[in-house]
Amino acid sequence: MTRHEALQRILARLTPDDLALFTTGMISREAFNIRDRAENFYMLGSMGLLSSLGLGLALQQRSRTIWVVEGDGSVLMSLGTLSLIATCQPSNFIHIVLDNEAYESTGGQPTITSTLDLAPLAQSAGYALVRRVTDMAALEAALGAAQAAKALAFILAKVTGRAPEGLGRVSLTPEAITQRFAQVLTHAAAQTRNTAAAPAGPR
Amino acid sequence: MRTATEFWNILKRQQVTFFAGVPCSLLEGVIHAALADPQVTYIPAVREDVALGIASAAHVSGGRGGILLQNSGLGNVVNPLTSFNLLYRIPVLMVVSWRGYGGRDAPEHLIMGEKTPALLEMLEIPYAVLAAERLEENLAWAITTMEQTQRPVAVILRQGVIA
Repeated sequence: MTRHEALQRILARLTPDDLALFTTGMISREAFNIRDRAENFYMLGSMGLLSSLGLGLALQQRSRTIWVVEGDGSVLMSLGTLSLIATCQPSNFIHIVLDNEAYESTGGQPTITSTLDLAPLAQSAGYALVRRVTDMAALEAALGAAQAAKALAFILAKVTGRAPEGLGRVSLTPEAITQRFAQVLTHAAAQTRNTAAAPAGPR
Repeated sequence: MRTATEFWNILKRQQVTFFAGVPCSLLEGVIHAALADPQVTYIPAVREDVALGIASAAHVSGGRGGILLQNSGLGNVVNPLTSFNLLYRIPVLMVVSWRGYGGRDAPEHLIMGEKTPALLEMLEIPYAVLAAERLEENLAWAITTMEQTQRPVAVILRQGVIA
């Protein structure tokens, strides 16, 4: 299973309200090019920070599912956050690690996940649902299980393959990423507060 | 000297109630009061950068978030400040305790104690040193500055200002 295929499948499974956060480097670039949407958030820098932001969002946005999609390098940088997320146990949090055992964005240097299995780490941290998948059918089943479970989920997808040739960067400015994402959240909040109001037109 | 309850009451009036942090002995009373207050969320983060990531969720959700940290942890937030919060224009209130203030503290606090204001200035993080008799004013300034600049803003807490 290539990372590109896995990302395509993940993006196809998002429901309209789902918030999807993508980590620094190729994962953000690929996700942006496969299916950009206002509910996507791209972390351009700050490798390792994404899961913390995801945890905060899961606590702030209880009625939405938060998807955090990161790589093995990113999750290794923030293993402490894994434990904190499990301790907080948000039921609206799906944590996906696309593990290619390499820092691909910087030239494919090896990480340590060829010998370190992240799934048992998540299990012992206390994630409610943990799946380790190596092919598309198993990924599809794990995504379905995570969406149905309404419980803190961790999916470790072992992936191969390089990013497509000529893959573009995220063409939004960081400020635009914030503004677009905040608009989705505050617009929805305003609608919830005033259900009698006519729906606002497109912005 | 002001009480931690007074501190939180001011922040609650300013609608800053979503916090994450890493403890410091100077923040002991402040954190205990937060944990005891159902109107305040306090997530015990495992590192200061993790706290910053968590608290940043408040801004994109239309609210205001904050972090509590010792100044020794400022080094851990340099990366997320420069490549996330400052870049993405995501303000967060940073409540930073000031160990090593005036060069009188345990040795591990002396260098960062001396460098704390310079570090914030270098990063262009607006900051105020909290004074007990000006606590309301200091915190109001911090919130207004967050709104106006869309940057994280620090308030620095020395020993003896909040019990």
